[in-house]
Amino acid sequence: MPRSLSAVLPPRGLADRLTALFWRRPNLLLVLLLAPPLLWLGVVYLGSLAALLLQSFYSIDEFSGLVVREFTLKTYAELLRPSNYDVILRTLLMSAAVTVASVIIAFPIAYMAARYAKGRWKAVFYLGIMLPLWSSYLVKVYAWKLILAKEGILTWAAERTHTQWLIDAALSLPYVGGNSLSTSFIGTFLVFTYVWLPFMILPMQASLERVPASLLEASADLGATPARTFRTVTLPLALPGIIAGSIFTFSLTMGDYIIPQIIGTSANFIGMAVYQLQGTAGNIPLAAAFAVVPIVIMLIYLQLAKRAGAFDAL
Amino acid sequence: MTPAVEFRAVSRHFGSTRAVDAVDLIVPEGSFFAMLGPSGSGKTTCLRLISGFEKPTSGEIRIFGENSGETPPHLRHVNTVFQDYALFPHLSVLDNVAYGLMVRGVDRRTRHARAEELLALVHLDGYGPRKPAQLSGGQRQRVALARALINEPRVLLLDEPLGALDLKLREAMQDELKALQQRLGITFIFVTHDQTEALSMADRLAVFNAGKIAQIGTPEDIYARPATRFVADFVGSSNVLPPAVTQAIGGPARWSSLRPEAVRLVPPDGAALTGRVTATRYLGGATRVTVATGRHQAPDERGYIGPGDAADLGVLIPTGQPVPALGDRTGLTFDPAALHLMDGA
Repeated sequence: MPRSLSAVLPPRGLADRLTALFWRRPNLLLVLLLAPPLLWLGVVYLGSLAALLLQSFYSIDEFSGLVVREFTLKTYAELLRPSNYDVILRTLLMSAAVTVASVIIAFPIAYMAARYAKGRWKAVFYLGIMLPLWSSYLVKVYAWKLILAKEGILTWAAERTHTQWLIDAALSLPYVGGNSLSTSFIGTFLVFTYVWLPFMILPMQASLERVPASLLEASADLGATPARTFRTVTLPLALPGIIAGSIFTFSLTMGDYIIPQIIGTSANFIGMAVYQLQGTAGNIPLAAAFAVVPIVIMLIYLQLAKRAGAFDAL
Repeated sequence: MTPAVEFRAVSRHFGSTRAVDAVDLIVPEGSFFAMLGPSGSGKTTCLRLISGFEKPTSGEIRIFGENSGETPPHLRHVNTVFQDYALFPHLSVLDNVAYGLMVRGVDRRTRHARAEELLALVHLDGYGPRKPAQLSGGQRQRVALARALINEPRVLLLDEPLGALDLKLREAMQDELKALQQRLGITFIFVTHDQTEALSMADRLAVFNAGKIAQIGTPEDIYARPATRFVADFVGSSNVLPPAVTQAIGGPARWSSLRPEAVRLVPPDGAALTGRVTATRYLGGATRVTVATGRHQAPDERGYIGPGDAADLGVLIPTGQPVPALGDRTGLTFDPAALHLMDGA
């Protein structure tokens, strides 16, 4: 290479000129990179959310069935009618139950994966968690219908192991029980928990992985029993991950309209109500008001979690 | 007197790796004991065997005479200052320090009052309400120290306690740790790979090599009379001479060490040992001059130059005395009593 006297090399083409431009004006690059997602998020996503919010303040004319574009809280008042209020309460309870069950089932799995799984086992863990997500959601739900049906796999297995009484006992419970698992709230709950479990395990595992082993050792070193260490160190530090996971399981359950249609008592859930109201019933304002409910509940939930110090470790 | 910690033929193997291999060790009560060695030499595993985070594969660990190898960490009256400090990020500094009392069920008022006292001991009065993330490295180190001391352990373990601090802070903390140990009168055992730190702080130290103790003794012993070539090499600053060179300068054909301050420069004519100055390094109080003596062997086919009878001798010249220039020929003389023979291992 010939020795140049200059310390500055000449640009070799457009790429060099562009790189130089971005180097001199780093903000330009930032703007170029951020503009498309911000447009998408800001206009398309938040815009439609605003439109939704706006629609919920309209009402429907009971005779003509037309939307009256005037500000009113009438539609929200309608949410409090017993039949609508029941839907909200049912969905809320189901979401809470699914979330609690997911936390309980996910924690040991996430803990093992974060603390003990290394190399190949870690790959097995991720594959095991992700694999169910690759298949169609509808396929999984219908598979569960076969598993839970009265003549289904679970009943068959229970007969073979003489544990039929267990299923019968569960089905004889008031309200959540029913004719068969696939037509009871227990069935809906089981399928919800199965379908959303990965969304709880992954953030939980990520937060547990960030807890250094030395913290657990320090706790033991200072005299804490393993149970105490779990309560005062592991759990508080894993809490942001648990909250993140519960946001997924909670909001996914609240918005879902397929699972309760296929498995369960065919009692209405918020998602189903929204689906019916905006479709066959053509009551867009009430559908919008229903859709606002999960958003409000999530905001309240996050506020409570924040007040309880769930994000202190972040 | 019962020793604070005693190892009897203790081994800790990880698969085929012998992290600690049949180690015998006695740490006297009230001593400031250092475990010195390169990384992977087993010193940290030894510390973890004392705290209970590792179980010995074989052998016996006695803490104040009690066989403790099977006791879980939370039941040992031993506390640790961790290398990464391991402060609980979700707790305030005060609650971090009070943690040891909290898990023992001491009420809030009492434990916070005691934690304040310990924060004062490490000169962090008033830092209680902060979170660990708001402290500097040196401050975190002090919090970790206060936290480990709140249970009034009889043995305090420190894992590379000063490793993450900058030089000036490290030296200040060295003095402070030493003063603290003398004031509290408890046994300190600390692990380090820094020779200067081990020599200046400890009153006894063990030098680790490949899972075994190469030498155990006072800093004086280790520095002036290294038992093996490894110890002399690792503790550093001393001249390590291969057998051929020892012989060439008038000793037996064995490995030896020669402290640089025992060597003096003399005019080359008529000197028994001569060489050429290849490097000078100004150290402040003295200048270290490297003199190449003898001949190096010709490089072999891999390009490796064997020691032959050549040796680069380090000489320490106190500031104020004339320092030779690079390339000068000079004669060397030394006090024969300073030539220390040792094992080649």
